[in-house]
Amino acid sequence: MFLINCPYCGERDQQEFKAGGEAHIERPKQPTELSDDEWAEYLFMRKNIKGVQFERWNHAHGCRKWFNMVRDTSNDEIKAIYKMGEKPPSQ
Amino acid sequence: MTKNLRIKSSEYIDETNRISFKFNGKTYHGFKGDTLASALLANDVHLVGRSFKYHRPRGIMTSGSEEPNAIVQVNPGTNRTEPNVRATEVEIYEGLEASSQNCWPSVEFDIGGINNFLSPFFPAGFYYKTFMWPASFWEKYEFFIRHSAGLGKSPTTTDPDIYDHRNVHCDVLVVGAGISGIMAAKNAAKNNFKTLLVEEKNELGGSTIYENNEFNKIDNKAPSEWLKKEIEELKNIKNLEIKTRTSVAAYHQYNYLLARENLTDHLEAKDKTNKIRQRLLKIRAKKVILATGALERPLIFNNNDRPGIMLSSAIKKYSEFYGVACGSKNVFFTNNDSAYESAMSLYNKGINVEAIIDIREQSESKIVKKVKEAGIKIYWSHSIVNTTGYKRLNSISIMKLSNDGTSVTGSKISISCDCLGVAGGWTPAVHLYTQSGSKLKFDEEKKVFLPNQNTSEQISVGSCGGDFKIDEIIKNLNQKLKDTLNINETDLDSIKVEIDQENSKRNIWLLPSDKPLGKTKPFVDYQNDATAKDIKLALREGFRSIEHVKRYTTTGMGTDQGKLGNMHALGIIADTAGVKMGELGTTTFRPPYTPLTFGTIVGRNVGKFFDIFRRTPMNDWHVENKAEFENVGQWKRAWYYPINGETMHQAVQRESKAARESAGILDASTLGKIDIQGSDASEFLNRVYTNAWSKLAIGKCRYGLMLNEDGMVYDDGVTTRLGENHYIMTTTTGGAANVLGKLEDYLQTEWPELDVYLTSVTDHYATASLCGPYSKKILKKIIPDLDLSDENFPHMSFKESKIGNIQCRIMRISFTGEHSYEINVQASYGKDLWEKCIEAGKEFNITPYGTETMHLLRAEKGFIIVGQDTDGTMTPIDLQMDWIVSKKKYDFIGKRSLYRSDTMREDRKQLVGLLTDDPNIVLEEGAQIVSELNQSPVEMLGHVTSSYFSPNLKKSIALAVVRGGKDMMGKKLFVPMENKNINVTVANPVFYDEKNERLNA
Ligand SMILES: [Zn+2]
Repeated sequence: MFLINCPYCGERDQQEFKAGGEAHIERPKQPTELSDDEWAEYLFMRKNIKGVQFERWNHAHGCRKWFNMVRDTSNDEIKAIYKMGEKPPSQ
Repeated sequence: MTKNLRIKSSEYIDETNRISFKFNGKTYHGFKGDTLASALLANDVHLVGRSFKYHRPRGIMTSGSEEPNAIVQVNPGTNRTEPNVRATEVEIYEGLEASSQNCWPSVEFDIGGINNFLSPFFPAGFYYKTFMWPASFWEKYEFFIRHSAGLGKSPTTTDPDIYDHRNVHCDVLVVGAGISGIMAAKNAAKNNFKTLLVEEKNELGGSTIYENNEFNKIDNKAPSEWLKKEIEELKNIKNLEIKTRTSVAAYHQYNYLLARENLTDHLEAKDKTNKIRQRLLKIRAKKVILATGALERPLIFNNNDRPGIMLSSAIKKYSEFYGVACGSKNVFFTNNDSAYESAMSLYNKGINVEAIIDIREQSESKIVKKVKEAGIKIYWSHSIVNTTGYKRLNSISIMKLSNDGTSVTGSKISISCDCLGVAGGWTPAVHLYTQSGSKLKFDEEKKVFLPNQNTSEQISVGSCGGDFKIDEIIKNLNQKLKDTLNINETDLDSIKVEIDQENSKRNIWLLPSDKPLGKTKPFVDYQNDATAKDIKLALREGFRSIEHVKRYTTTGMGTDQGKLGNMHALGIIADTAGVKMGELGTTTFRPPYTPLTFGTIVGRNVGKFFDIFRRTPMNDWHVENKAEFENVGQWKRAWYYPINGETMHQAVQRESKAARESAGILDASTLGKIDIQGSDASEFLNRVYTNAWSKLAIGKCRYGLMLNEDGMVYDDGVTTRLGENHYIMTTTTGGAANVLGKLEDYLQTEWPELDVYLTSVTDHYATASLCGPYSKKILKKIIPDLDLSDENFPHMSFKESKIGNIQCRIMRISFTGEHSYEINVQASYGKDLWEKCIEAGKEFNITPYGTETMHLLRAEKGFIIVGQDTDGTMTPIDLQMDWIVSKKKYDFIGKRSLYRSDTMREDRKQLVGLLTDDPNIVLEEGAQIVSELNQSPVEMLGHVTSSYFSPNLKKSIALAVVRGGKDMMGKKLFVPMENKNINVTVANPVFYDEKNERLNA
């Protein structure tokens, strides 16, 4: 059970949060311009890495804010947490 | 004719407090302070159970939670009965009853014992190999196995006890209150760390508290005396909380631990009532100090499982701590010095020790000399090759070990005895350590797995960290405490320790016999009857991974999780396969360390607290008027209101007729309501709904359909424009929270530039939906000065008004197809509003209706229910709702997906109406639809999603999704059921009032 440091509320138990999948996948600005394959790439394709992964998390039972997390999926070490819109830390 | 083996010298047993208890129906006596195991042993009862596979008689083996054999059913036949309890952990109390498990009809005569004589036919993997074929016989085998196994009985009546959960936060958590744990906790607390010390037993002090080796000294005192003083001092230390009878069950990442605190299990029945029985502590610790100790290993030799064969350390504890001799003719079998301490404990108390069998060639330590001086015979370089005695050990035979330890030579010596203590060295209890995700490393010299790579702020101290002698324990504990707590001095700095140096150990994982291995029974896992030959068989059959060998042989898979024998299993595999133990690794130790009760896991979440539920402000009225309720999400919604013993069908027919012919009223408070404000609110709605919103006038309502990015229908509802920058959105009852979450997601992550604020107001408003031809007249009675004319208040519009002093929002919208109003008031006035409507509607036959009638009425109109007629695979086009998808809008959530090749297929499942050829037959929801009856395999075209008998149309109607259904209007299809095929015809899904004339009726 992680202890997650919400950038707005501080350290809280994992059960207050909801995981929201891979981070930094931007919704295309002009979807109609995209081919079926390009749209499918945005819609369906996600990484599933053993190792360092960039993820979206939501403090669903707290401030309801979304933020990003860098987590090592092999040992669940949380390496960094940063707000939406902020640049991901370089590895 | 039971013997009394009580030695009257223990300070931990209160001999003034005599307790009677029953075991297997027979009454025995013990004293306050006894465990069930110590009390039985004092009565010379060793035979307590039968093994799982061979049903071999088994006795008490240990004195702690690692016990594999003495597994009992406590208080059988009562509502407090509990199976799989270790007799070594049950504190006795007046009236306690316990019985053996896994034996039928009794532990003395067990029918399953025949398996023992058939054991050549029960090799490793027997269950897999035999019972898998033929597959259809599995049910019969399973019955046989379960009947003869009988791993205890679950209680059949409600658990009368209360269980609790508590969150605990501390700077330092110390697990285990032996010498290391006590000194760690003391120093942490003294240095201002908020410290919690937990101990699974009811006494502090661990094994040091009954340490009897006279050659060990701390500050010139016996270690037990020294430690007692330290324990006494704990009382005066601030910042320190101590919880005994509390065992840590799980150690998760980020120093999150679960512990079970046992509060009443040691009390008499009359003292248990109205108290919390067990409490689950959810502990978040900044630092964790594991001081979980070590478990003594048995030795693996032929017939090493007879009642009377115990761990040497357990014999010492029973003697020193409980004042009980485990036998009157004792023998020890060892590979190290610790058995000599146990032997001296018995000898000093006048109990007969026949001999010590030592696989080593020699030992020069002081305790060994002491044993020699006492005249106890020591057989060096000898091993036990066999034991006898079916229900109780009565003799052992020993032979000389060869130099390499793989065979025995010379002549056999037989020694008669009734108790054998085995000492095979120590295994650090690293279970919790590895649960935390930390990694072990094998120490080739000590032959143990030791903590190596920590993943969180934690240390392992004392014997669980690999230090077995008091001098190393104190020295290493001191350094680890300074490092981890960041302190310069501790109480341990000035301690002087003298110890009896142990000279040698000799490790042989599997001891040889004069018989070939195949003819012997050297048990590795006592509870599961896995022997060394099973492990070797698994290796011969090609298993290599320790995890596979474990599952194939069932080694380590019992309730004790193989706490005693796992290391031997690894050792035997390593020796046989010719690999190093460190390369093999260990099996994974999973939580819980010791079993937890279901009560502890669920805590207070039982009965009405099992799942939270929500009630509307009108709930009391529904209850008073005998409504039946339905769960919708977490809500309890009125389902229908039967009168005079009506069935649901009768009630629904009456309610829906009334709603169309006179007036009906529905509690719609559960619909999700989201308040949307901000200068970009219109643009936001444009992006989240499929239709256009910019031109919706203030005071108007519009129905909207929301898709997922994959183009599938996600939710629907009516949204009303309250002001220039202010909307109120309604969602489905079940979808409210998800819709809000999804909208927030887009706002925060994709469109942060939009000036929009979302607030859930579902709970803030109560909603009564008034419908039917008389709805207007009823509303007029309640709000006389509101102009209800179609010109002033047309369909799909909104008015703000007052009922008396109560502010209300009224939407003229309809989910039934009738002229209707949704009246919203502040939640606390909900019941008042409802009663006013009922009162005003009396003369118009106003009829309250529930969700079932609502579903029927909307089905007559062909209105979908998201989640019933859709299942996450339906696009608006599939639903024949093309009209609501804007062609002009450049983008909205899911738009691009509507033009994917897959979503544009003509043969997708599409929503249609179905009419049964026989109007009285009502289809079953979920029934499959086919076009051919004589095909095999038959092609499924789709299924029925909603189906009712319509009292207004006097026929059965249904909605269904059918492949290519759009182009099948009028086509005859079939709904095959178990006993009959139902003929149906594809129809327009709008069955009633296709021109919507009733909205303005
Ligand atoms: Zn937060």
